[in-house]
Amino acid sequence: MNKIEPTFRPGGTLAKLESVYDGMETFLFTPNTTSRSGVHIHDGNDLKRTMITVVAALIPALLFGMYNIGYQHYLAIGQSHEGWFTMFLYGLLALLPVIVVSYAVGLGIEFISAQIHHKEIQEGFLVTGILIPLIVPINTPLWMTAVATAFAVIFAKEVFGGTGMNIFNVALITRAFLFFAYPSRMSGDEAFVKLDSAFGMGRGTILDGFTGATPLGQVATNVGDSLHMTNILGEPMSAMDAILGFIPGSPGETSMIAILIGAALLLFTGVASWRIMCSVFVGGLAMSALVHALPSATYPASMLDPVTQLCLGGFAFGAVFMATDPVTGARTKIGQYIYGFLIGVFAILIRVYNSGYPEGMMLAILLMNAFAPLIDHCVVSSNIKRRARRAASKE
Amino acid sequence: MATVRLKKGLDIHLVGDIDDNAIVAATAPQSVAVVPDDFHGIIPRMEKKEGEHVAAGEPLYHDKNYEAIKVVSPVSGIVKEVRRGERRHIDAISITPDGSNETVALDTKRPATEVLLESGLWVMMRQRPYDIVPIPGEKPRDVFVTAFDSAPLAPDLNLVLGDKRQYIKKGIEVLKGLTDGKVYIGVREGQEIDASGAEVNTFVGPHPAGNTGVQAANVAPVNKGETIWTMDIVTLARIGELFTTGKVSHDTVVAVTGEMVQRPCYISTVMGADLETVLKNQTTNLAQSRIICGNVLTGVKVESNQWLRAPYRHITVIPENNDPDEFMGWASLRPSRFSIYRTFTTWLGGLKKPVSFDSRIKGGERAIVRTGEYDAMLPMDIYAEFLIKAIISGDIDKMEQLGIYEIAPEDFALAEFADTSKLELQHIVREGLDRLRAEMS
Repeated sequence: MNKIEPTFRPGGTLAKLESVYDGMETFLFTPNTTSRSGVHIHDGNDLKRTMITVVAALIPALLFGMYNIGYQHYLAIGQSHEGWFTMFLYGLLALLPVIVVSYAVGLGIEFISAQIHHKEIQEGFLVTGILIPLIVPINTPLWMTAVATAFAVIFAKEVFGGTGMNIFNVALITRAFLFFAYPSRMSGDEAFVKLDSAFGMGRGTILDGFTGATPLGQVATNVGDSLHMTNILGEPMSAMDAILGFIPGSPGETSMIAILIGAALLLFTGVASWRIMCSVFVGGLAMSALVHALPSATYPASMLDPVTQLCLGGFAFGAVFMATDPVTGARTKIGQYIYGFLIGVFAILIRVYNSGYPEGMMLAILLMNAFAPLIDHCVVSSNIKRRARRAASKE
Repeated sequence: MATVRLKKGLDIHLVGDIDDNAIVAATAPQSVAVVPDDFHGIIPRMEKKEGEHVAAGEPLYHDKNYEAIKVVSPVSGIVKEVRRGERRHIDAISITPDGSNETVALDTKRPATEVLLESGLWVMMRQRPYDIVPIPGEKPRDVFVTAFDSAPLAPDLNLVLGDKRQYIKKGIEVLKGLTDGKVYIGVREGQEIDASGAEVNTFVGPHPAGNTGVQAANVAPVNKGETIWTMDIVTLARIGELFTTGKVSHDTVVAVTGEMVQRPCYISTVMGADLETVLKNQTTNLAQSRIICGNVLTGVKVESNQWLRAPYRHITVIPENNDPDEFMGWASLRPSRFSIYRTFTTWLGGLKKPVSFDSRIKGGERAIVRTGEYDAMLPMDIYAEFLIKAIISGDIDKMEQLGIYEIAPEDFALAEFADTSKLELQHIVREGLDRLRAEMS
């Protein structure tokens, strides 16, 4: 690396790629810089490590998501006897292009932006880039994912100053962009189960009676006084399916088990705030219990019992990986309780009482992203007032 | 006598601690120097020229704004050099000792403020707000004295005090005359100190429990418009000594510690002594060492041909960079790569084991991402992260409201160590304080 360094410094032939070079060098080797002023020793932790820990926490959900893509596909074409490896391989082939597109577009923009500002490439997109494939429905055309990723990285992140400066969660903005720009591709029967073959794998005819709607989608259109949730072949669905994750949905969000493994890692390493994570679940439970106490056929989601409510859709995934984004969330301890609780409440509120959006988690988190600074402001104000009172009482 | 329990903070256990409390006497220094940067807030105006003779305790320079504030020579000798840097900034004033013990004696019957200013001991004290040398004429609300140092590898101040312990009482008496409030002394659990006349508080908890600012914030915080003085017990004893004997003692004991020191020990020498004398036979691999006057968190980096800086009772020598080509350190699973966070595997080996640290930053500077890192390292009722943001954005009102009057850069040293985003917090705080001071005057 040191040999080729001069090419990339100002004046070198490849000076335009200086940021890329720095990015690669600091990726491969721990920066050699020693402290000039201030403390002489530093903790070994840096943002790269923090981000990579989140990526590691996402891996169970990612692997299970791949398997479930295959599982749902082979179920739909009537070949559910296929082995798990075939299913996983199919899912891998189906999801890999989305991951590649997400990273290529996002990192491409980050690299260019870093070079324009002559800054080091920052690692924020490491996490965003893996979150996007996990929350975008599998049947979304790649070009849509590319456009949405570009939109989110440029307008939700770079215009605010890059990693650590954004107001809204970048991955969620990507999904929200898709959701509002191409609503027909984001819900209904076609979105969540991949039906065509992936790189030639898994050819077959769709069985009659196939319906690809997610459980929450089914709930939203439920008619009558009792709920009927089925799998994609019309067979009844159990709560266990939702906990294990054998239901249609965005790749990362279906399995509670995989998500909770990730949550355990995030909480153990202290990367995510347990205050936010727990209070999202508490808020969600409280609100679901409330709406469940007042069931109504007009709002069929109110008939779901609170625990099933939290197991379905993106609630758990959002609570563990999205709400806990420290950059867009509340930063004071008390603020984190309020922020998390309100995310839980709003997610269920939107799910139940707004039939246009069967999934409320995305909008709830984005809404609270906007309010997080206000919550912090109120918490910090109490400290300011306390200090002012102390000063006044002395005079 | 109250006991204050502090939960926040961190004790860092470094390799290179002293295991034998004997004090070794260094040989007489070849050269002695005063470094004006050690006395923040003072703009030097020279009183002595190069080549002139100066006695121990005789002023070398005074402050531009308050002429009464004097900085004195620690030894008797000839002013060898007034070393200037950029824009004629005085980097150091070096003196060649003549070996005589000629010392200025002061008439201590005069008002105590006058005596302190002239003796050169005034500049050893600090005031809050701003963490500067106290401004004469501003009566402090209280005086806070710390009797222990909780920093990594820090010396035991009881040993540094030695027989100067007898002057503590007198020092308290003098300082009580200068404030309408109290003289507070912060001690560690189990530390015995004869401090009649002062209010003694025991502090239990990790570093920065020994910082005067932390002690003040947990006993009687500084409000807007108030001033407090802070110092350590050694300075207090020197003040007592001055008012007992009429002379200031410039002898000092320093702890020489750190991984690169062969036999860590206490060394008795003179303030400002040249490091070649102090560190004789102590370091072998100078090229790959970093010499720090003070501790690894708040000390200043010095070269081996420079001097022991006056305010410090501690020298730490650590490796500069012991792994220049660490491959993908961010992915490391080695328990020996120290981190207080569980994203690394240090916790497997235990955080109490002494660790080896070099001076690498181990990461690039980033925006503040992780939450609560600073708060966990600052045992004060302050929203540290919001205060840092207010300082960075230059918002004077917010800085005041969030409590900048209570803090000094040293209070943020631990947060700077732990910071994932690798921001220079002490530097940021220092700039904020200077800016506020300029704005207020």
